[in-house]
Amino acid sequence: MQTVPDQLFKTLADPTRRAIFERLVRDGEQTVRALTDRAGVSQPAVSKHLGVLKLAGLVRDRPEGRSVHYSAEPQGLAPLIDWMSLYGAFWRDRFDRLEALLNRMDQ
Amino acid sequence: MTKPAAATRSLVVEREMPHPPEKIWRALTEGPLIEEWLMKNDFQPVVGHRFNFRATPMPHWNGVTDCQVLVVEPNERLSYSWNASGEEAAGGLKTVVTWTLTPTKGGVLVRMEQSGFRPEDEANYQGANYGWQRFVGGLERVAAALD
Repeated sequence: MQTVPDQLFKTLADPTRRAIFERLVRDGEQTVRALTDRAGVSQPAVSKHLGVLKLAGLVRDRPEGRSVHYSAEPQGLAPLIDWMSLYGAFWRDRFDRLEALLNRMDQ
Repeated sequence: MTKPAAATRSLVVEREMPHPPEKIWRALTEGPLIEEWLMKNDFQPVVGHRFNFRATPMPHWNGVTDCQVLVVEPNERLSYSWNASGEEAAGGLKTVVTWTLTPTKGGVLVRMEQSGFRPEDEANYQGANYGWQRFVGGLERVAAALD
């Protein structure tokens, strides 16, 4: 149960990996080579990062001939959004209670 | 803590409330009143004051939030840090909660911003996810019992 969000948070904690993911979100499908040209790290390093991103459900790969094309899976971020919305639910609940208190309070 | 806030996220909840700012300010800054809607606390409206919010402990969450008062501008703005406590403190949540009261025609716009959520708060994530889920679930049960 916890391995999915765990993996996701570890994956996004790395700035290089985050940058690769952001580029795929922004610019669409790309090959490892194209990503390497702008990542500032070696091709094996980029491949390794992509492997981790794939494991976390953040990218998808599509082999074509001798190269592999990668694209982003933004819905892989859902656990992060769930996490934020839990806090949202917490505070909205507290706002309800604050209002109820204000209605009970004298001036 | 010295890292730039570039990769952090904020959570904003705001609501207009038909009450005078002075009254809302009391509910935000008087300990016994805060306890009625938020949590047990030893809050004092004094900049620099360190205090805790305390909820019932549960697995993966000790129930304690470490806080320090950062801003006190009566009837307008209140801010305090909202951090994980104890064993969870090191890799845990480090956020800031800021309340802003803005007068409107019908009362006051109450705005709460909790800032500083980091994607790399993974240790906290487990505690927060599990903890808050349980917490919110518990609140719903309590609220349902009141009706």
